[in-house]
Amino acid sequence: MTDHTIAGERDGAARRDGVPAPTPGFAYWWDRLGIVAVLIVLVALMAAIAPNFATVDNLLNIARSISINAILAAGMTFVILTAGIDLSVGSIVAVSGVVAVLCAVADVPAPLAILAGVLAGAVAGLLNGLLTSYLALAAFIVTLGTMTCLRGLAYTMTDGQPIVSNTLNFRDIGNGYMLGVPVPVVVMAVVYLVAWFLLERTRYGRHVYAVGGNAEAARLAGVNVRLVTTSVYVLAGACAGLAGVIFAARVVSAQPTAGTGYELDAIAAVVLGGTSLMGGRGRILGTLVGSIILGVLSTGLILMNVPFFTQLLIKGVVIILAIGIDSLKRRPLRLSR
Amino acid sequence: MSAPGVRPLLRLEGVTKRFGSTVALDGVDFELRAGEVHALMGENGAGKSTLMKILAGNIQRDSGRILLDGAEVEIRSPAEAKAHGIAIIHQELNTVPAMTVAENLALGREPRNRYGALDRRAMLESAHEKLARIGARIDPRRELGELSVGMQQMVEIARAVSEDARILVLDEPTAALSQGEALHLYDIIDEMRAAGAGLVYISHRMEEVWRLADRVTVFRDGRYVATRDKGEISPPDVVSMMVGRDLDDLYHRGPRTPGEVVLDVRDLTDGGRVGPVSFQVRAGEVVCLAGLVGAGRTEVARMIFGADRAAGGTVTVKGASVTASGPRRAIAAGIAMVPESRKEQALFLDHSVEDNIALGSLERFGGGGVLRRGHIRGAVKDQMRRLRLRLSALDLAAKDLSGGNQQKAVLARWLLRDADVLILDEPTRGVDIGAKSEIYEIVAELVAAGKAVLVVSSDLPEAIGISDRILVMREGRIVHELDSRTATEEDVMLHATGTLARTAGGPSWRTE
Repeated sequence: MTDHTIAGERDGAARRDGVPAPTPGFAYWWDRLGIVAVLIVLVALMAAIAPNFATVDNLLNIARSISINAILAAGMTFVILTAGIDLSVGSIVAVSGVVAVLCAVADVPAPLAILAGVLAGAVAGLLNGLLTSYLALAAFIVTLGTMTCLRGLAYTMTDGQPIVSNTLNFRDIGNGYMLGVPVPVVVMAVVYLVAWFLLERTRYGRHVYAVGGNAEAARLAGVNVRLVTTSVYVLAGACAGLAGVIFAARVVSAQPTAGTGYELDAIAAVVLGGTSLMGGRGRILGTLVGSIILGVLSTGLILMNVPFFTQLLIKGVVIILAIGIDSLKRRPLRLSR
Repeated sequence: MSAPGVRPLLRLEGVTKRFGSTVALDGVDFELRAGEVHALMGENGAGKSTLMKILAGNIQRDSGRILLDGAEVEIRSPAEAKAHGIAIIHQELNTVPAMTVAENLALGREPRNRYGALDRRAMLESAHEKLARIGARIDPRRELGELSVGMQQMVEIARAVSEDARILVLDEPTAALSQGEALHLYDIIDEMRAAGAGLVYISHRMEEVWRLADRVTVFRDGRYVATRDKGEISPPDVVSMMVGRDLDDLYHRGPRTPGEVVLDVRDLTDGGRVGPVSFQVRAGEVVCLAGLVGAGRTEVARMIFGADRAAGGTVTVKGASVTASGPRRAIAAGIAMVPESRKEQALFLDHSVEDNIALGSLERFGGGGVLRRGHIRGAVKDQMRRLRLRLSALDLAAKDLSGGNQQKAVLARWLLRDADVLILDEPTRGVDIGAKSEIYEIVAELVAAGKAVLVVSSDLPEAIGISDRILVMREGRIVHELDSRTATEEDVMLHATGTLARTAGGPSWRTE
């Protein structure tokens, strides 16, 4: 039995003329704004406890520190919306950083070096996408494999040593300011604008949701399921490439260990933002809020001088709590389970 | 048929159930006697399934009383329902496909040997016994998921019977069964009735209700309408009680004059069990593929649409070769398909009705890939009005619609594309009579507009009523063509089963 039958009855009752459709209740608004409410409470709490939290400088710092994870999470949102997963984005961060730095060291102009890094990420994503959609391999396994391969590639390209370049020509993308706003924050904003537009305002976006909602129905409705599936991994890879370039610019070097474990933070941000791991349901702006919550939490805990080990504990609990609340609010629909 | 007993086994009085602000059951009464089959009828959304879930202990009533053997009881959980001797056979199966039949039958009560380990032999023996009791010849060592849906349902029935249920609720039990399997189920039901059990039978199929039931209770919009002995009433009476009005000509058939050939299928085959088949459908014509479940009808429909790849043969639409390598190619050629299983193959259950309808035609609204949402919404609304889907459903999730309205939403998706060839696979399965009539009306309208329609249907009155010609399939081939104006249900069954060639006998009951 599914929710459907109960809902069917509800539909039948509502069919009687004169019964108005129920007005949006708590569940409706919680679904859309609940996570924002959590963020507001969190910020208020931090501002009250940590003395220098609510300063412009600090807030800009937080924004800059979350930008890399937020950009990764934007790409990850596309993948998870199709009911996939991409564990390789952390390794892509390392590879693309190495590629960009090697280009810069070889006197490639900054814009091209950045582009090379992003393209490296996109190519890695293409590999993930082709293996997942055309060979019908499980995304978890494919990206687990490429995660390891790409990490190995990053070590190979650098001989296992960081490549430090104090004259890195694209360092501004990590450390610069644009009208007083850190450049990574500007990049993040652009990424989210584009992602939002793609998902909410284009045919492609509808197809992404459709593939995640019901791949077979999407195929029979004429959606090119393989192409859509491949494309989301390319987007995730490109986002990871961009994040990798920013990371390299921040640390003014290519680090083969860059991005280790970042894939999990990105997934956490996506899920915190209300996107279902089962695919087909979620919002890109939710992901942004999810990343901000994680960032605010980290920074706030540092400002409060909470030991690092305890920070990890608290972060884990917050993630589980947020997901728990999310599933609680859906429970009324599952009476029969 | 045994005379129904008079002792009420189960009584429901004034049972009410609300979901949020809507009332699913509004003070309904229901009585079940020992030794009777009591049909519960009503359109989708009438409250039948809610009542069933209350009996199963899956949900709790808000008010009202439940009496078993005259004593008031509470059914707070499925376990309590089982303890009261109530068993439910659902539309959707409640079994574990990856486990064997025997393991499923023993689920939760696995026999153990003296060391406390699983006693596989005892489990197999008891499974044999349980299956034999309902006369099902199924190998209990087979994995359940390998069996046909009908077989799986028999396993579930075997489980319910083995639990010595006094009250058995069957919710559309024959929806997935072949004719032979259904006949066998009828025998089991007769046996259980004779043994003094009370059976609640929920079905949309009037024929089988008339074959089985002693009494009929009708619900409408969550309210109790009436209970009648079968002898007192006729099927049309029940239908008008269900819909609250008389139905005019159900199939909306007007005079038809088929035109040019639109769909031409030649030697289509999957390279194995199905085909080669050849046939044509003209503009303004409805052709029905009839036959038993497994005769290859759905396979043919899916190959035409490119949902499965054909191994050989050609498909042309208006003279242009399609021979679809995939659904996108077929759709571009003007073919649309409403698949057999709307929830698995057509709908995005969590997505809005608007998205569900619009998805197949987004590129028709231009904008170079950028959605023109106002245009889309307007066009979707037009189709919803045409199909009498209430516009307030626009933003509801597809899963919140009744079966009939879900099917209308799938139809609307293709109406929006204005396809030349419409393939409808079991278009009214699990759809209430009101929505059925409206779907037939749309088909009539499309045909009048010169579309070619290919229908796959297991519902014989529908197959005959809706179509101009019937192509009967058996074992992967078209074995006979019938003119729908003169065909009878017996004609179709005769050719579908190949009975003409065989000796008369009971329904054959094979493991696939």
